[in-house]
Amino acid sequence: MNRRTFLAQSGALVVSFGAARAAVQFGLEPAVAAQRLNGASSRDLDGWIAIKADGSITAFTGKCELGHGLYTAQTQLIAEELCVPFNRVTLIQCDTALTPDQGTTSGAQSHPTNFNNADLALAGATAREALLSIAAQRLGVPAGQLSVKDGVVSVASDASKRVSYGELIGGRRFDLTLNPNARRKPPAEWTVLGTPVPRVEIPAMATGRFEYVHNVRVPGMLHGAVVRPPFANPSLTAVDARSVEGMPGVVQVVVKKEFVGVVAEKPWQAIQAARQLKARWAVGAPLEPHQNLHERLRSQTPTRDTRTVDSGDVDAALGSAANVVRATYLYPYQMHGSVGTACAVADVQGEKATIWAASQAVWPLRSSTAQVLGLRPEDVHVIFRQGPGCYGINGADTVAYDAALLSQAVGKPVRVQLTRSDEMAWENYGVACLIDQRAAVDRSGTIVAWDHESWIPSRGGRPGANAPGNLVTGTLAGFAPAAFQARSPAPAPTTFANNSNAVPSYVTGTVNGRAGGTGTIASQRVLTHGLRSAFFTGPLRSPERLQNTFAHESFIDEIAAELRVDPVEYRLRHLRDPRLIAVVTAAAKAANWTSRPSPRPSIPRAGVSSGRGMSCVLYEGDNGYCAMVAEVDVNQDTGAVTVRRLVIANDSGPISNPDGLRNQLEGGALQGVSRTLLEEVTWDDQKITSVDWRTYKPLYLDAAIPRIEIVLLNRPDMPACGAGETSVTVTAGALANAIFDATGARLRQVPFTPARVQAALASRRL
Amino acid sequence: MSRITLRVNGTSRTVDVDPATPLLFVLSDDLQLNGPKFGCGLGQCGCCTVIIKGQAVRSCITPVSTVGGAEITTLEGLGTPERPHPIQQAFIDEQAVQCGFCLSGVVLTAKAFLDRNPKADETQIRQAMSGVLCRCGANARMLKAITRYARGGKA
Repeated sequence: MNRRTFLAQSGALVVSFGAARAAVQFGLEPAVAAQRLNGASSRDLDGWIAIKADGSITAFTGKCELGHGLYTAQTQLIAEELCVPFNRVTLIQCDTALTPDQGTTSGAQSHPTNFNNADLALAGATAREALLSIAAQRLGVPAGQLSVKDGVVSVASDASKRVSYGELIGGRRFDLTLNPNARRKPPAEWTVLGTPVPRVEIPAMATGRFEYVHNVRVPGMLHGAVVRPPFANPSLTAVDARSVEGMPGVVQVVVKKEFVGVVAEKPWQAIQAARQLKARWAVGAPLEPHQNLHERLRSQTPTRDTRTVDSGDVDAALGSAANVVRATYLYPYQMHGSVGTACAVADVQGEKATIWAASQAVWPLRSSTAQVLGLRPEDVHVIFRQGPGCYGINGADTVAYDAALLSQAVGKPVRVQLTRSDEMAWENYGVACLIDQRAAVDRSGTIVAWDHESWIPSRGGRPGANAPGNLVTGTLAGFAPAAFQARSPAPAPTTFANNSNAVPSYVTGTVNGRAGGTGTIASQRVLTHGLRSAFFTGPLRSPERLQNTFAHESFIDEIAAELRVDPVEYRLRHLRDPRLIAVVTAAAKAANWTSRPSPRPSIPRAGVSSGRGMSCVLYEGDNGYCAMVAEVDVNQDTGAVTVRRLVIANDSGPISNPDGLRNQLEGGALQGVSRTLLEEVTWDDQKITSVDWRTYKPLYLDAAIPRIEIVLLNRPDMPACGAGETSVTVTAGALANAIFDATGARLRQVPFTPARVQAALASRRL
Repeated sequence: MSRITLRVNGTSRTVDVDPATPLLFVLSDDLQLNGPKFGCGLGQCGCCTVIIKGQAVRSCITPVSTVGGAEITTLEGLGTPERPHPIQQAFIDEQAVQCGFCLSGVVLTAKAFLDRNPKADETQIRQAMSGVLCRCGANARMLKAITRYARGGKA
């Protein structure tokens, strides 16, 4: 169904628009526009909102539900701006034939994009003002004398003079562009937005009715399974299609360059055939041993170097300081590890393709799938259907290519769901890294210079509009991952941007005379070395931000400990951003933090010892404030860490849905606990060995989980920020600091396994 | 292929499948049910859970031939969005969901356990969930919802 048909059937008429047209409006090349994370969007009000004759409202968004409550929050937003009850709004999300191109739903950018004075929110405000304007003409009074309730406009002084939205515009176009001056409903007047509206999908999910992408069933649909290489650096030498001849239900063996798959009538038949299919692969170059990963990073070449800040005087400051503190922090590759393996359905008929995918990026996926299939982007229709929680780029996009390639080969709709090991061995992992920190401390105990240098390997990532080789299927089908572009030395920074939180909270972030950071330390250098990775990598919930924040928040604690100063007090001494100070203070207060240095006094030599730790961040440098106090028990005999309590203070601007926000903060914190204590991708000299939930073991539901207490700082006067990745970003640092406080043992390598905790205990200075 | 008759959510259904096919594929493909899901195919996560003879069973590793004649209950067999089962209502009331993909494992494992151990305390409930995975970290809310159900729907 195209947008015109959809809207005709739904009683509203709206013209469709395409990415290219929208891009031209913005003066951008279509290809450039499609690569932008936030897409080219639309300035056409009819692209966002349609009102039917019965007054019901259909809104269109390019930001999708990922299990984080965004569908409900966006519905609240439209209901609020248009002054109608929540249940009068139907939201259509992420369909390349129906919705605006808002690029990728990621990076906690949905609130900044759609809840401030642009895009969806602005469409709502523009529509309300337009309706008031039409009503003013109809009722013969100035718009200022009108009020709106439940989609009915009435004259304030004479309620008998009234007209409904349906009567004003039902079934017709607005023919307006978004008005940048349209007045948003002030938060003080909110009745729907800002309230804990229950999530729309939960009753259907809890009763097994909800349609995930896994449940999309197309008439005549076949089932595919793929054969991934058994080695990390493979080359395909032969496929013997006869090895599956005569197996029940097998329709076709498909080989395209190094992409291998089987199509069968039923899913179990496809899986069995893929297992039995004889494909031969040559073993490529051996992998560097897992245990050498971090040691190798420091010397690996070539590098792509980036300086985020550099005041130019760091070496001098370090050279003349009363005291220099140094530490190195290590982070492993980790998995998205979605609870369900990725699934997609594709129907490729000649030159046209329809793809149902749980992709966070339907518009880029449309373009890159077109490239994989050799079709035109405008002939590919991508429809979002929700999948399991993805937290970044899980297998949702690569499996869309899998299904598309198999469907193209057989000319029928094909559904593919990956096996657990195929997903785990070939997903785009969250990046490993090595981070060196150095700080110069003056005689008064104040940090006067901070030097951060990191080594971060990567390969592939989000495919965007034109790099399908950034995912395993694209590579197998003959597309190279985005080229590694070496660059050393790093050019000087030109503007301050802290998207990856490489810059610690405690420096001024001064670039070209403007201080964009949150702290007070003027002498600062942040240098990042990008490296080639042996494995595919991609954004995983709080990409690089989590790793960097672990290093920064551990390091400030180490300095405070060396100076025998309370770590909260020491943070506050080096912070100047009032909102970051506010979350730190609020978390400490809610946790009944008592001021004293870490580690705690009189640590027992054996048995269980308890401690507390603080961590904070301004996520992405501008997108949500969070501070966490963790309380842990460390069993010093076994090295086991039990997290007892997490107190989180969060400020993401005006709160759209307090319960949804709490749910995100809780989930992020527990995911952070799982990743900090348990999760690490492993490999041998040929292949990934983390291929199921025994070899990559996360937190299960029987785990003793902390009591989580949340302080929400509502800031209706501020722009809306993201909240999906704030708490996960601070967790590792808070736990490391709490373990140190409890025991005097400093954990500098994630995950904090019992063996690593025991090693740290053995080398502690008490 | 063989014809196998199953009783699923109170209805008899006959399918013609390879008897070695895991029950999950019969439920989700042949019978087009959305509740049970493929998470790992290894019995390690719980997404495919159904209740058979009062036990939470991993349908992804249960050959369909072994469950002919037994009453099989999937997540949709408990209640409907309009009339959810009390344990489903508890999950709705607590908003104990993020992506929701794991719910067959969480809800049905808890229900089967509590039906047999109605007086279980919170620690016992938690231990009963040992093989069930939620990757979104909704653990706290889920355990609260299960406890709410165990106490007769009151938190």
